[in-house]
Order: sequence, then C-alpha cells, then structure tokens
Amino acid sequence: MIGVTHYLVVSAILFTLGVLGIFMNRKNLIVILMAIELILLAVNLNLVAFSAALGDLVGQVFAMFVLTVAAGEAAIGLAILVIYFRGRGTISVDDVNRMKG
Amino acid sequence: MIQALAFYLFAIVVCLSGALTILSRNPVHSVLWLILAFFNAAGLMVLAGAEFIAMLLVIVYVGAVAVLFLFVVMMLDIDFAELRSGVMRYAAVGLLLALALVAEIIVAIGAWSAGGLELARRAAPIASDVPNIEAIGRLLYTRYLFIFEGAGLVLLVAMIGAIVLTYRQRSDVRPQNVSRQINRRSKDATRNMNPGVGEGMQL
Repeated sequence: MIGVTHYLVVSAILFTLGVLGIFMNRKNLIVILMAIELILLAVNLNLVAFSAALGDLVGQVFAMFVLTVAAGEAAIGLAILVIYFRGRGTISVDDVNRMKG
Repeated sequence: MIQALAFYLFAIVVCLSGALTILSRNPVHSVLWLILAFFNAAGLMVLAGAEFIAMLLVIVYVGAVAVLFLFVVMMLDIDFAELRSGVMRYAAVGLLLALALVAEIIVAIGAWSAGGLELARRAAPIASDVPNIEAIGRLLYTRYLFIFEGAGLVLLVAMIGAIVLTYRQRSDVRPQNVSRQINRRSKDATRNMNPGVGEGMQL
C-alpha cells in the first residue's frame, strides 16, 4: 500500500530538482522561474499527501492558496522579465546589477 | 496492486520530466516537460484522494501558467544557446548541493515518526460520505472565507501589477479613442448647406 513516505520521497526529489535547476541555469531567467514552479509543486504534493494521510482537509485548502500565490508569482515574474528584456535586450541574470543598493 | 503500479508510474514520470525541465536546451521543450510534470503530479494527487486540487492543478498550471510561460518564451527574441553557455560551470557544485539536500531530506523522512498524533483534534476531518469538492467548498466558504477573499485579492493585485508593469504609452501609433468616438454626434460632424446657383460650396 502507498504510504505517506512514498509521497514525501517523490516531493523531496522534485524539490531538489527545482533547487538544482536554479543552480544550473544561472543565466536563463525563464528556466529559473520554471524551477520555482517545480519547487511549489513539490510543496503542494507534500501538503496533499499529509492531508490524505492524516484525514484532515485543511492541507488541501492550504494547497489551493499556495497554488494562488504561485500563479500570481508567475504572472508578476514574467511581467518583470518582459520589461527587463524590453530595456536591456537580454535576460541574462549575470547582467542584473542595475539596482545596486 | 493497480494503485501501487499507478503511483510508481506517475512518480517516475514526474521525476523524469522535472529533470528534463531543467536540463533541456530549448526553453519551449522545458515548458512542455513542465506540463507533463504537472499532469503526472495531478495524477498523484488523484491517487491521494484530492480530486479538486488535481483538477485545479491541471486547469491553473497547465491551462494558464504554462501557456503564459510558452507565450513569453516565444515572444522574446533571445539567443538561448548563449544563455546555456555557463551551465557546465555550475553543474558540479549544483549537483553536489542537490545530492546533499535530497540525502538530507530522505534521511529526515526515514527518521521521522509521527509520534502521538491526536487525530481527534483534526481541524477538518475528511468525511467519507461527502465528495471531495463539496467538502472543500463547505470549508472554504465558511471557515476560511476571509482567507479565500484574500487569495482573490492576491490574484487581483497580481493582475493589475502585471498590466501596469507591461503597459506602455507609444507615441508612434494612433490608438482608437473610444470615448471620443462615442461622444461624437451627427450634428457636430455634418452640416446642411443650401448654396446659391453658381456660387459653389465653401467647405
């Protein structure tokens, strides 16, 4: 029978893949955003797995809110990407040093 | 048996497509692998008994977020081969960190034990006779109503923010001015003339 541990291992692997994606694609901002989506997907999987294992519905409700924030984050992130590309003609992360504190 | 088979199928495909999302050379392929990962994660959630979240994942992520990514990837004219150039430089340290992280998490899962869970104190126990969507709806529109409204507010702010960020006033085009078109009346635009013979028209 599939227990909660199986789900936790799958979401741990997904989470790590997301972190690895941020590390490996240091230059490509679009792939970094996709890696963040993978991380949020792993978190959602965790929430749903615990919700099912404990028989508590609140985990699924919270997963819905995480989904909402992920959608908003993708929209804002891509909007910033588009205006950044419009101004600089590149999306390389190494060049993002305009906002020096 | 069939449940375990389905679980392992979905789990393997979600991990493989997640890996290919971050490894593929072409960002369009990355988005397509991401869509496959979302579909399989939705399958995993159906197996866990969360049908509503699974459908939400398919509709919101595949239907909206992934298509948004696809639009942006195709809209921007970027030399992606140039962006790939630094990948191998960071691969070693990234792989090391990732292996350490996954080993840590899996060890933590192995060492984790739930201990004395007080299942009687669950916030919202799942009733077996109520469908998943109905149960979530009852919870969402009563106890979590204000948080639900807050989530709507987050989406509204995100939408307005994205529009404000990407909107630009261009001077080299003549856009349609709807209010001027609606305000125009026929008596302002036409004149009724009665010229004398041989005098012609003064426009």
